[in-house]
Amino acid sequence: MCLSIPARILSINGKMAEVSAGGSIFKAGLHIIEDARPGDYILLHAGFAIQKISEEEAVETLRIIEEMNNSLNDI
Amino acid sequence: MMKYIDEYRDKKLISGLADLIARSVRQKYIFMEVCGGHTNAIHRFGISALIPDCIRLISGPGCPVCVTGKSFIDKAVAILKLENIIIATFGDLIRVPGSASSLEKERSSGSDIRIVLSALEALEIAKLNPEKKIVFPGIGFETTAPGTAVVIKLAEKDHIGNFFLLNAHKVMPPAMEAIIRDGTNIDGFICPGHVAAITGSSIFNFIPEKYNLGCCVTGFEPADLMQSILMLVRQKNNNSPKVEIQYNRAVTETGNLLAQKNLSEVFEPCDDCWRGFGVIPDSGMKLQKKYEKFDADKVFSPVISYTEDDGSCICGEILRGIKSPADCPLFATVCVPENPTGACMVSNEGTCNTWFRYKING
Ligand code: SF4
Repeated sequence: MCLSIPARILSINGKMAEVSAGGSIFKAGLHIIEDARPGDYILLHAGFAIQKISEEEAVETLRIIEEMNNSLNDI
Repeated sequence: MMKYIDEYRDKKLISGLADLIARSVRQKYIFMEVCGGHTNAIHRFGISALIPDCIRLISGPGCPVCVTGKSFIDKAVAILKLENIIIATFGDLIRVPGSASSLEKERSSGSDIRIVLSALEALEIAKLNPEKKIVFPGIGFETTAPGTAVVIKLAEKDHIGNFFLLNAHKVMPPAMEAIIRDGTNIDGFICPGHVAAITGSSIFNFIPEKYNLGCCVTGFEPADLMQSILMLVRQKNNNSPKVEIQYNRAVTETGNLLAQKNLSEVFEPCDDCWRGFGVIPDSGMKLQKKYEKFDADKVFSPVISYTEDDGSCICGEILRGIKSPADCPLFATVCVPENPTGACMVSNEGTCNTWFRYKING
């Protein structure tokens, strides 16, 4: 029950959204996140979007790991 | 391609991290993952096989189904004996054994128990069945509780008089502190990423400050876990314990303020009982006075007789990081997911269940 999964907002109707994750469609309450738009990625947990996923930070994390790995090749 | 998933499962990325970890280790390390979602991911992706033997990963009390006391199930069963009750619950809970029964057993003997994916669905059932009383067993940590808070506010706003919360929501930091005080031997915490998405990473600041232990707030994909293990190894090597965020794409220092606002409007801190730990001060959340009319405990005052302990089940010690499922004589013999003896065998995030699925069944 405690898993949260990344999901993409397809459409929004009031405080409810249809989101897609892993090929399935779910409903997600948008009551506890701000400024959600179709196309945004959110974390879906027990029927609620609990946080927006930051595209920028996601790219940055991958960049840091790759940089770490590259520094390894230099050793 | 699944965004935010596949790129963190990239083989090259992960093997690079494995190399870095192997070159960084200098001693023995024990890291505890507190969240059941991490336990599940660590076994699912075979993380232990990717890191040197000198790093041991142990599981903590982060599966909400597992830490919920037997008396909670006993209460739900007692409420079911009253007239016109529907229990609308997350699926995991129904197989958790109480003292004499479980929700699953009660359902097979005719009780009305509905599985929901969200507290919102439980509220819908209440709206559709005005002649019934709908009880939602609310379990889960800071990640789940804001949703419950929203639903309580909606019930109030829409004057729904037949929706009730049997509440066992808990907060994580006091349990982590209990583990440290217990003297469990650990060098750092793989901190729960989705708890921190709500609370912010700062709730863990007391751990390095007061106890000199490292913390890394971690995501749930293999590259996330590997990067965090590397960060914790480096913290230990440099003797510089701090709270680092690996899971930056979902976690900030301050967290989700709107979710926190909902929590503080509906709940207030209370002492709570954890399986394996007993009562931990300020580790629970209870409904504030103005929402008491939704409190199933207060409204129905379920009478439970003596709650039996778990006998030979060692869930309690597993949740405290002292033992592992391999130490339990019932593991995979008497106790299996289809017929769990203890709570840790029930949910996908339970340590015994995870071991069963990935160690026994490959
Ligand atoms: S294997 Fe079953 S009986 Fe043993 S500790 Fe785990 S849940 Fe309890």
